[in-house]
Amino acid sequence: MDSLIHAFGLLALDMEVSMQEEKERVLTTQNEFSQDLFQKQVKSVQENLIVRPSLSYWQDALRRFAANKQSLFAFYLTNILILFSFLGPFIWTRNPSHQDLNSPSMSPNMGKPAVVVDELAPVIPLFAEIPVISTTDETSDLVTEEKAIGSVQNFKVIGFPTTQNVVLGWDYVPGASGYVIYRNEVKPEDGALGIPLGDVMEGNQISFEDAQSLEARDYFYAIVPKDADGMETTHNTVLKVQVMTAISVDSAKSLGVSSEIGTHVRLSSSPLGTDSLGRDILARLMSGGKVSLFIGIFAAVLSIIFGIILGGIAGFFGGLVDDMVMRFTDLISGLPFLLCMILLKVILNVGPGESGITALLISLVILSWTGTARLVRGQILQLRNSEFIQAARMMGAKPGYLIVRHMLPNLIGVILVTLTFQIPSAIFTEAFLSFIGLGVASPATSWGSMCNEAIQSLLTRPYEFFAPAVVISLTVLSFNLLGDGLRDALDPKLRSNE
Amino acid sequence: MLSYILKRIFVGLITVFTIATLTFFGMHAVPGDPLLKGKVVNEVVRKNLEEKYGLDKPLFVQYGTFLTNMIKGDFGLSFTQQNRSVNDIIREHFPISAILGALAIIAAAIGGIIGGAIAAVKRNTMADRSIMLLVILFVSVPSFVFAALGQVLIAEIKTRVGVELLPVAGWGTFKHMILPSLILGLGTMAFLARLMRSSMLEVVHQDYIRTAKAKGVSSLQIFFRHQLRNAVLPVITFLGPAVAAITTGGFVAEIVFAIPGLGRYFVQAVQQLDYTVIMGLTVFYGAYLVFVVILVDVIYGFIDPRIRIAGA
Repeated sequence: MDSLIHAFGLLALDMEVSMQEEKERVLTTQNEFSQDLFQKQVKSVQENLIVRPSLSYWQDALRRFAANKQSLFAFYLTNILILFSFLGPFIWTRNPSHQDLNSPSMSPNMGKPAVVVDELAPVIPLFAEIPVISTTDETSDLVTEEKAIGSVQNFKVIGFPTTQNVVLGWDYVPGASGYVIYRNEVKPEDGALGIPLGDVMEGNQISFEDAQSLEARDYFYAIVPKDADGMETTHNTVLKVQVMTAISVDSAKSLGVSSEIGTHVRLSSSPLGTDSLGRDILARLMSGGKVSLFIGIFAAVLSIIFGIILGGIAGFFGGLVDDMVMRFTDLISGLPFLLCMILLKVILNVGPGESGITALLISLVILSWTGTARLVRGQILQLRNSEFIQAARMMGAKPGYLIVRHMLPNLIGVILVTLTFQIPSAIFTEAFLSFIGLGVASPATSWGSMCNEAIQSLLTRPYEFFAPAVVISLTVLSFNLLGDGLRDALDPKLRSNE
Repeated sequence: MLSYILKRIFVGLITVFTIATLTFFGMHAVPGDPLLKGKVVNEVVRKNLEEKYGLDKPLFVQYGTFLTNMIKGDFGLSFTQQNRSVNDIIREHFPISAILGALAIIAAAIGGIIGGAIAAVKRNTMADRSIMLLVILFVSVPSFVFAALGQVLIAEIKTRVGVELLPVAGWGTFKHMILPSLILGLGTMAFLARLMRSSMLEVVHQDYIRTAKAKGVSSLQIFFRHQLRNAVLPVITFLGPAVAAITTGGFVAEIVFAIPGLGRYFVQAVQQLDYTVIMGLTVFYGAYLVFVVILVDVIYGFIDPRIRIAGA
């Protein structure tokens, strides 16, 4: 035993000696080491772990959302539609309520050429001077009468062929007792010259005015001289005429183009045509979209805020408050929605000439907050008893802090999803009411009221109806798809059965 | 069960009362003179008219008479249509709306239940995908667009082929009813199909289905006997709200297809501010819708015993 202790003692002594030596050695050789010989040890343990970078809730949701092609498509589509309505008017600057009665109900076109005309200028028929035939020379007289009547030469248009009138002129045909003028919309074949427009009774009259329901298109005029007996000859001369839209000096002034008579102007194009009052449908689609989307988005946001407040109060305070708020919610949600919508709209829509946008907005908010309130209440009831809320409360957190700091962040996902579903349903309701004529009133317009105006002429001009109809459908569809995508991304638990 | 029904009826009465009160005071808050629609009446005529419509009395007295008349089922006289009572309007035009609505509900229920069931059974196949595509389309496209589309299509077929498949508008024969009721039902059909599909998917995984399979029941029998019957239950609860949706949706169908139903008169009355007609029809519609929902819920209680226990 003693020997063992002794041995330890020796060892300890030995160590002490060696440490001292070491110290001295370090001290003596201090200058040989520079700072950069020392390196931080790299932890190599991490390299062996197979771990993905951890994702926050939002990063995870974003990843899931971006992986879903359908919802990405819907996201881009909604953005395009919003940009179309709100930024479109800066690019397509036509006034949506400008009524151009010169071009009502035009089919989609890219700008028609037009010519400014004086609508009051009278058209005086022209007469050719008949060469004087000496009555004494009998032979020459006989020759003239027997000479076959030739076809009309130099058949031409005098002035501009416009939708107001087309003035035709030609050279005098010797011996002709008159002329018959035909008009056709296709190139005449096999003597089918078209509608006989007029009968020129005098052989020496060399002009004719056609003002019979002209359209801006190509016409084929044919002229046939008549012989001395008043019978039509077989010779005809055909002229192709491109008729241009005529606009009056006044409307040229109102359009801001040169109002000098005879100037060729290009009427502004209407890629989607014009409605029955000559208003540009594309421009109206944009301004209507502004109203529809504004009502849809704003009503949805407001009703959701309202729902969050009421549902939050009910869920957070519980007890009697909860009971009262929820009975009120039951009452409102028990009301037939569209019926009360119409009623409220009528009550709130005070005064004539009002667009009805505010009335629609208020009615929508009053009637559509109940779903959100129920949802938020349920979520808050769940959260209220969760551990992290209890912990916060134990540490003395006040209700306001609890709501803002702990509850709202946990509700944001659900709220966002409800919002995206609320928007299309508000747009849908607005379209429904405007369509039956109880929504947005003129001069303001919305997609629904555009459909309402166009339904009268559905069978003759379907594009007027289907332009706004397609946009409404696309908007509602894309918001619905976006909502589906957001729900799948934000709350996989809520995902519909696949 | 009885207390449940009574409770529901009580709540329903309160709702109808709320609608009536809202309508009455709302309509009286609207500025404007209902008797002066562009025409000038002299003092005596005016006094007589006021007396006839009871407008010379204080508002609360009017409210009282309004309520008692309402309970008696008397909705008063129309302001714009001479000597026509609101009751007459309802009696004449509601049956048309009701037929249209009933046909639409039948079409929607049959189409929705079958479509949803097929989508669930043929899950993740082309059939499922195309049904779900149609569902999202029918939910997103307003019914007036489908109505217009249907009319254009029929007119096109008539000009191209020369056959008039169905009348484009109007009312009278059964042929007139087909297109409007189908189109009116589309949205509800899509909604029910979606509901049916998820309900069916839940049923498919139940133990009793596996048991039936193990027993050697043919798959067709399993589909009709075990799956469809059980899956259809939750869908029935939504028939109440579906009736409401179809009734109000009928306004559009009646306008587009020129059907002389009650909805068209309601919209017309609102546009012309025909106060008594608006009030009468709103209360009538409100009561009708509220009690249809209650009726469906009560029937559901009889069909599904689990609800009866929970409700009692």
